[in-house]
Amino acid sequence: MRQTFIALVTGILFGAGLALSDMVNPARVLAFLDIFGAWDPALALVMVGAIIPSAIAYQFTRKMNGPVFETKFFVPENRIIDRQLIIGGAIFGAGWGLAGYCPGPAMAGMVFGDWQPFAFVAAMFAGMWLHRLSNDGFARRKAAI
Amino acid sequence: MPANAPLDPLVALAGGLLIGLAAAFLLLFSGRIAGISGMFARVTGIADSGTPRKDALAFVLGLPIGAVIVNLWIRQPEIVVTSSVPLIIAAGLLVGFGTRMGNGCTSGHGVCGVSRLSPRSLAATASFMLTGFVVVAVARHLIAGA
Repeated sequence: MRQTFIALVTGILFGAGLALSDMVNPARVLAFLDIFGAWDPALALVMVGAIIPSAIAYQFTRKMNGPVFETKFFVPENRIIDRQLIIGGAIFGAGWGLAGYCPGPAMAGMVFGDWQPFAFVAAMFAGMWLHRLSNDGFARRKAAI
Repeated sequence: MPANAPLDPLVALAGGLLIGLAAAFLLLFSGRIAGISGMFARVTGIADSGTPRKDALAFVLGLPIGAVIVNLWIRQPEIVVTSSVPLIIAAGLLVGFGTRMGNGCTSGHGVCGVSRLSPRSLAATASFMLTGFVVVAVARHLIAGA
């Protein structure tokens, strides 16, 4: 219950940050990605602003035995940079550049009365589902060998 | 392309701080990474492990609530979408597939991962930033600008 409350508060703060910084506006995101056009630095400032408290919190965790409401931290420890990571990141970036939506802003942006974030989120679900299908298929082929 | 009115840098920074505080809060209290693509995958049943499903649902529902609060009391974002339907669908498919394959998006890798200097997140962030720049450059300056 406490974790659910924490998750809700986190989502609210996150969504508020996305709306305040105008990241819910795809045109703003695309203008940041447009380095050969009228470049808009807003997204870079948002990243800097976000990284500061997050980095401080991470340093704090090193001195803590565990999180306040959990027994341990669930921070990924994998440090291997593989093809999946780079190609997956590249595919994500291509989709991001195509319309200016990434998952958070699309979901937070569903409240502004446009249909576009809904279409994007539905397609994003389909994309994730396709990945799962292809992965399951790959695992089966591997098991058959 | 319609130009946006410039955003006050302090407002951009303040929005970023809220996002970072959100990530810090979740990490310190629940020990989790505030990765939105991963949370969405948990809610929809695409990911089998990670944040408990009801917590992921609470997080995802919080996003539009936060946006509504800002919209009501602080500032109304101006939303400009110029992409066509097929483009939005294609973008969603790529973002969904890519974030699963690469284990994260702008929040999990770009904010949380970069904050702890995770080599994987730094690499993923460089990768998605690079293709984002390239796709916009091609779409706006090679195709549209030709």
